[in-house]
Amino acid sequence: MDRHVDSGRTPSAGPAGPTEGGHHRRVTFILAVVVLGFFGFGFALVPLYNSFCKLTGLNGKTGGPVEASAVVGMKADRAREVKVGFTSTVMPGLNWRFKPLHNYIVVHPGAVTRTSYLVSNPSNHAETGQAIMSVVPGRAARYFKKLECFCFHQETIKAGESRNMRLVFFVSPHIPKDVRSIIVSYAFFPVKKHT
Amino acid sequence: MNAAHAHDAHHDEHPSGMTRWLFTTNHKDIGRLYIGFSIIMFLVGGILAMLIRTELLKPQLLFSPELYNQIITVHGLVMVFAAVMPATTGLANYLIPMMIGAPDMALPRLNNWGFWLLPPAAVLLVMPFILMLFGIGNGAIDTGWTMYAPLSVQGGLGVDFAIFAVYLMGASSLLSSINIIVTIFNMRAPGMTMMKMPIFVWSWLITAFLLIAVFPPLVAGVTMLLADRHFGTHFFNAAGGGDPVLWEHLFWFFGHPEVYILLLPTTGIMPHILSTFSRKPVYGYKAQVYSFWAIGVLSVVVWAHHMFTSGMPVAAQLYFMYATMAISIPVAILFFCWFATIWQGSMTFETPMLFALGYIVLFGVGGLTGLILSDAVADQQYHNSYFLVAHFHYALFGGPVMGIIAATYYYLPKITGRMYNETLGKWHFWQTLIGFNLTFIPQFFLGIAGMPRRIPDYALQFAHLNMLSSVGAYILGSAQLLLVYNLIQVMRGVGKKATTQVWEGAQGLEFTLPSPPPYHTFETQPVIQ
Repeated sequence: MDRHVDSGRTPSAGPAGPTEGGHHRRVTFILAVVVLGFFGFGFALVPLYNSFCKLTGLNGKTGGPVEASAVVGMKADRAREVKVGFTSTVMPGLNWRFKPLHNYIVVHPGAVTRTSYLVSNPSNHAETGQAIMSVVPGRAARYFKKLECFCFHQETIKAGESRNMRLVFFVSPHIPKDVRSIIVSYAFFPVKKHT
Repeated sequence: MNAAHAHDAHHDEHPSGMTRWLFTTNHKDIGRLYIGFSIIMFLVGGILAMLIRTELLKPQLLFSPELYNQIITVHGLVMVFAAVMPATTGLANYLIPMMIGAPDMALPRLNNWGFWLLPPAAVLLVMPFILMLFGIGNGAIDTGWTMYAPLSVQGGLGVDFAIFAVYLMGASSLLSSINIIVTIFNMRAPGMTMMKMPIFVWSWLITAFLLIAVFPPLVAGVTMLLADRHFGTHFFNAAGGGDPVLWEHLFWFFGHPEVYILLLPTTGIMPHILSTFSRKPVYGYKAQVYSFWAIGVLSVVVWAHHMFTSGMPVAAQLYFMYATMAISIPVAILFFCWFATIWQGSMTFETPMLFALGYIVLFGVGGLTGLILSDAVADQQYHNSYFLVAHFHYALFGGPVMGIIAATYYYLPKITGRMYNETLGKWHFWQTLIGFNLTFIPQFFLGIAGMPRRIPDYALQFAHLNMLSSVGAYILGSAQLLLVYNLIQVMRGVGKKATTQVWEGAQGLEFTLPSPPPYHTFETQPVIQ
């Protein structure tokens, strides 16, 4: 750090003149824009993160239901079998009973399969819930295609009512060969009314 | 000439009393305010730490688990946001204009705002404890400083207070970061090129860049949290299709660079102190500057190593593991330069040098244990255990806090014009070193044995090591009172008068000014050749 300092006061740089002030304003403005940009980036992370998960099937996100036309002409791969297991959870705040009709189904990739979940409300008042589904293993999630699903819809079940929730799905023939079983999980969350 | 002198003399006057501090735009006053605020909050956070170790002294409950969680959370938030960050910002405000030969910061009024947003933020963090005494609410935020959803979505009043504290602290650090960047870009003395700037200035430039890149996403994150809590949105609420893991990503996108925001300014002050007390020039100036850049860039792409147990796919775990391990390379370069700076120097061991050497040892332990944690496979065992707690205290106390204390002793004679009591300083160092290691070495073993963090009570087999750790904490805590006493004595004007250069080997523009420096310095900028 051999720095030579001219201790004698040279008149080269005076106090901040108008040009220097303008200089400060410009850099400050650029930095403020950067700050706002990164603030926006924080919010942009939400859709970015969601589409990243849908693309990769991270976190068991399966994407929305597919159109029925997508399965026309699709051939089931009779040589392969995939075991699809179903689980159900009722989150605290709901008094429902919620069970899959079948604990598991062995399907051929490409074959459209129907099953259902049974939900009943044994309590003495109507309750509203919403089902969230996910698939493990995560990398199988995007090969699990739903034609009909009851997830992400608000369902109100009256006191004592029972209902059959239909699920129509197929496992894509493109699913990696080493995936032999998939677990499909449905959880009913209570819907709180915000007033 | 006479007129000019009269002009200078007029400027040297400053308002006295409260208004001087409330309305000041002088970088030295604001720097002192930051440092004073930081010391007060360091003591507040320290008292909370003593309460934590008292609860853990024996396997029994003194506080309710809820209160314990509030204490650990506020301890973390206070230490990170209200003690360490203001301390480094204060050093920046005081030192950077003097180091680059500028009369003041570029945006003095903004600078005043930057500081005065902080005390209300600190009040917001601590106030829920006081409100609870009056039966309002159920206490402070109790989620841990990471504020993980869904706990933070469900938590009480304290979470809202913490969210607004984050807003204020965010605004404060963004204002001061912008100010520091503008000052460094526009106000260097003639002839001081970027690659001639003192290393501390470089380290703060990278820190300020990091702050303006990562604090806004956290502010966005807590805004989403606030909306989830009160306005019926579902960003983090699985019931509405949201995802609690999203919060972890948002938080750690800020949280990991934050570690380097705390650390970098002290890695910048290290070469100054080491070169002074070994009477040798700084070794590897360019290597250190490039390492700062490398650390800054890498720090924003490794955040998910905090989330190895959140169910990430193997490919992502591998990426974050290797990227994290890569940071050890620029950090190792810094260590190498520090060693090379003191190598074969004629070293003396005044208090700042002792703390700087302690920094190398303790932060070294923090860095090496970080390598263990960054291994995605090993992390499954260490995650959220006391091993982690010990690791980040070695990294954050051993690094930033030791560095700040070293810088405080190093610049105290310059700032006040009085030498502190060297004997007390040495006592402070040795008691801190012994107390710190006694507190946190047992925690490594507790963690490996399986004691999780954030629990107020524990299984009996952990009793002995916990008692040892608590005794160490009392030694460490009481040691800091020596620092406070020393500071008060110096401020009262006790002690030998400091010379202009203060230390025999000290270099740099700040050591060409008298001790204490006049209220206004470098109104005519020096020319660097």
